[in-house]
Amino acid sequence: MTENRFKKDFPIFDNVPCVYLDSAATAQRPAQVIEAQKRFYETMNANPLRGLYELSIAATDAYEEARICVRDFINAADEAEIIFTRNATESLNLVAYSYGLNFLHEGDEIVTTVMEHHSNMLPWQMVAEKTGAKLIYLEPDMDGIFSREELDRKITERCKLIAITHVSNVFGCVNPVKELADRVHRNKGVIVVDGAQSVPHMKVDVRELGADFLAFSGHKLMAPFGIGVCYGRRELLEAMPPFLTGGEMIEYVKLDGATWAELPHKFEAGTVNPAGAYGLKAAIEYLQGVGFDYIRETEDRLTARIFEEFSKLPYMHVYGSKDPANHSGITAFTIDGVHPHDISSILDADKVNIRAGHHCAQPLMEYLKVGNTARASLYLYNDDEDIDRFIESVKKVRGIMGYGA
Amino acid sequence: MGLESIYGEILNEHNLRPSHRGNISGATIRLEGKNPTCGDDIYLELKVGEDGIIEDGAFSGSGCAISQASVDIMLDMIIGESKERALELCGKFMGMIHGKATEDDLDDLDEAAALKDISHMPARVKCAVLGWHTMEEMLKNRESEGHARGEHEYCTTE
Repeated sequence: MTENRFKKDFPIFDNVPCVYLDSAATAQRPAQVIEAQKRFYETMNANPLRGLYELSIAATDAYEEARICVRDFINAADEAEIIFTRNATESLNLVAYSYGLNFLHEGDEIVTTVMEHHSNMLPWQMVAEKTGAKLIYLEPDMDGIFSREELDRKITERCKLIAITHVSNVFGCVNPVKELADRVHRNKGVIVVDGAQSVPHMKVDVRELGADFLAFSGHKLMAPFGIGVCYGRRELLEAMPPFLTGGEMIEYVKLDGATWAELPHKFEAGTVNPAGAYGLKAAIEYLQGVGFDYIRETEDRLTARIFEEFSKLPYMHVYGSKDPANHSGITAFTIDGVHPHDISSILDADKVNIRAGHHCAQPLMEYLKVGNTARASLYLYNDDEDIDRFIESVKKVRGIMGYGA
Repeated sequence: MGLESIYGEILNEHNLRPSHRGNISGATIRLEGKNPTCGDDIYLELKVGEDGIIEDGAFSGSGCAISQASVDIMLDMIIGESKERALELCGKFMGMIHGKATEDDLDDLDEAAALKDISHMPARVKCAVLGWHTMEEMLKNRESEGHARGEHEYCTTE
């Protein structure tokens, strides 16, 4: 048994003792992030980017320092490439509406995958419908791997945009973003990466990956709700029209039109969320203090324990790779004869919190021929005791549901 | 919070060995009921006679134990009853699920009263009421459509 030295940083576990295994939905927050958000409101609160007084300048500084922190975190070339949004969904919609609708045409092909979260699928369905571009879905094998034949067959010279999740929120597999980026760049196309499940768990370097756009949410990496990031390469963002219009994103407005503000403000219409951005900076600093090595080691070790315990129970099924190291801390599973919602309710009675349902990936559930699954997802605060309690609770499920003694 | 009382003998029996799963001949109304948020999906069929008596009924589809058992129990209770009586039971069931049932209501609800503690499990309310809500929709609003194979979506706002 290894004690988790970071768990004590998370006040929720003192206030509401529970085994929290739903971090792929949202992470818990450490005191450092909660304090930062409070500090913003107590000492820096004003509308940033507008006021000419000291307090507003403090708010602006806090906001812009957060942008620089994100730039370094994902190794972007320029802070102007970091656009703050509400969440990954808004970021992906920004790219779809502003890039997709304006730069894709009939005859082009958009390639995505059946394992996407709805937030990286519906915007591309919309773009395909409005532009006449063809939408093509890559299909993985049951481990979540795309075969070379599948890639060769479906990514043709007409492919001008690839939209793919970096890490699947069901399989937990890491997709070959770099290879796909190289393929689409040969066509002078772009790759849009959904980093919602990767950025909190592994070092993501947009330049090393070749990502033209990267979307992620703050709340999955312990930042406050309501702050997200859309990274875009500068030359692409400069060529794109604004997504939303209104305050703060203009240079000059007349009754018959306007000119747009410089990047990144062109894409940040209306009052921004400086407290959220400041909290995101605190979360990134916290994350860096823990280190991705510790996160990876903890998640892989605990996932391996889950797999080992499940393998002793013949009625358990795990989706994705057989190797726990290929799961990014995500275990999607079913129990023979028991609906995932019933699993979740039974675990809830033991204060074990998991997700049950389609995980906003209905097409993947259909592809796997499973209506729903249960999912346990880990993060840096989980420990052996969490896994013990989870397994103990899972073992009770079939008995409670009336199977055998 | 009543977990053991929910997943007790009655619910498990109706879930594992339902009496009314399948199809019936001569159905006069069919309707699909869905909980889009959780994926429960049932087809309910009823055969209602000229005199307004529910002569037979069946369900198919998939869902959690609570939704499946609840609809099976419901069919046990309403087959042989008048439409009015079925709707009366439905009203009592909805009341119970929302924590507003009298002792008399619970007596009247018979086996369905086994689901009483769902009122303490807000996340599962929509599972428990799916079949009942579908039946209510059929008898109140869809009967004139006869064999029309309709579909309705039911989401509670909790």
